[in-house]
Amino acid sequence: MDAALQLAVENLLARYVHAIDDDRLENWPGFFTENGRYRITTAENHERGLPLSIIYADSRAMLADRVSALRHANIYEAQRYRHTVSSTLVERVDADTARATSNFQVVRIMHTGESILFASGRYLDRILLKGEGGETMFEERVVVLDSRAIDTLLAIPI
Amino acid sequence: MSSVLESRVWPAEGLTRVPYWIYQDESIYQREQERIYRGDAWNFLGLDAELPEPGDFKTTFAGEMPVVVTRDESGAIRCFENRCAHRGALLCLADRGNAKEIACVYHNWTYDLRGNLTAVAFRRGVGGKGGMLLDAEPESQAPQKFRVETFCGLMFATLSDKTPPVERYIGPEVAGRIRRVMKEPVKILGGYTQVLQSNWKLYFENVKDTYHASLLHLFFSTFRLNRLEQKGGVIVGGEGGSHVSYTMMRSNQTGDEYEKAGMRSASGGYALQAPQMLESVDEIGDGVTLQILTVFPGFVLQQIMNSLAVRQVLPKGVGRTELVWTCFGYASDDAKMQELRMKQSNLVGPAGYISLEDGAATGFVQRGVAGAAARASVVEMGGREVASNESRVTETSVRGLWQQYRKHMGL
Repeated sequence: MDAALQLAVENLLARYVHAIDDDRLENWPGFFTENGRYRITTAENHERGLPLSIIYADSRAMLADRVSALRHANIYEAQRYRHTVSSTLVERVDADTARATSNFQVVRIMHTGESILFASGRYLDRILLKGEGGETMFEERVVVLDSRAIDTLLAIPI
Repeated sequence: MSSVLESRVWPAEGLTRVPYWIYQDESIYQREQERIYRGDAWNFLGLDAELPEPGDFKTTFAGEMPVVVTRDESGAIRCFENRCAHRGALLCLADRGNAKEIACVYHNWTYDLRGNLTAVAFRRGVGGKGGMLLDAEPESQAPQKFRVETFCGLMFATLSDKTPPVERYIGPEVAGRIRRVMKEPVKILGGYTQVLQSNWKLYFENVKDTYHASLLHLFFSTFRLNRLEQKGGVIVGGEGGSHVSYTMMRSNQTGDEYEKAGMRSASGGYALQAPQMLESVDEIGDGVTLQILTVFPGFVLQQIMNSLAVRQVLPKGVGRTELVWTCFGYASDDAKMQELRMKQSNLVGPAGYISLEDGAATGFVQRGVAGAAARASVVEMGGREVASNESRVTETSVRGLWQQYRKHMGL
């Protein structure tokens, strides 16, 4: 195992979920390359080869729009996430790129105190190891939810 | 027949008042199952494109009743109760698949694709011992078979013989608006389910409520996708429970009613960095950029720019509803068109820029009325009538829902 590679990838995965859980959503697009892709889909759509996404972005600009809409346009009750990410498999593709697969669980904590296991699934990532400023970045992050059912709404990204 | 509390009397004002017990009462919920879902309404089952080949099946629900929907050997769509004649177990456990026959896993009783019981395992026993008596009639408890119609590729089922044919039930104008979207063979792009913490009627009212669209959903109004001063209209059809609302985008109207009223949804200065998402194609060719259509009690057809979807509204208890989304394009779509639909899928669903609020809003009502069973909501926008209207500052289609609902329910 390439320990340095493993650490670099796991560090990116950790920084990503901490930014979301700490409500630093403005930092979220910066984890992606300029033309980075981000999708949330369900295991059912994924396995059936159906292209539909719950969230779909093919650029950092689209991710920034999502954050802007969440901050200024969309109405939803105050809520936070707590991500747990584990079991990260990393595979080098070439000198610049790696693939990673990890499992996640997201607990959603409402302002009322209600906590639920909101989502579980897999992150399927293609990662650029030396992106802008030498940073490790997502070229693509596909979030595959285990369940096809989502409670009430999905506002904050996973 | 389930009995409803004597105190459950509809307010004297009629369709302009909706009593809050209607969203809370278990006996009302049971009567809905009897008189609407297992009664005289057409239940929406999905797109027949989900079952392209003979032997294809899916499982879904008519209200709370589990059903199997199949395409039989002749190509016809069939629907029957997902309950074994023997002990009542689910016959079909898979969400979808292809089969020549359907066998209950419990004791291997077997059914054909039309829901007929074709074989009882060991009916005559083994080696002359055991088995059923000759005069046993297991067929007497067979799963109920539905009357099925497909209209424009949409599958509907009812247990009633009295319900008029689907097209007449929907009404000619609303049916025409279904034809408009279902104009050619469709291609299914995927689906998901949104779980709503509210009574099903709160969601169905929400979809019919043209008044809220640009007030709750800021994304719309900021980009002038559905400002109420834009050209459009509302058509109410059938017995009141069908409706279509539509917006013409390029109507070149730049009213400032919102700014004058100082409403939240007109707050300025909001711009997209990637507005390409909203570059839609007028693929139907009539300038209608947004059309939302419903058929009582649980069907929604959506055209939001180039995002097309059907939604099935399934009651899951007094205070819980599942909204099953199936998004589609046309079989003739090229890669570019599919990509556009994928981008615009951001507008809809549980994370949709212009729909995510709906998932919460119905719950806000369910929670808000928890101590107010004896009170009622005020539904007087656009007057007191049920009538088609050029303005969308109206609740006419919400009143239409209650008109049809009360007729079914005898309330």
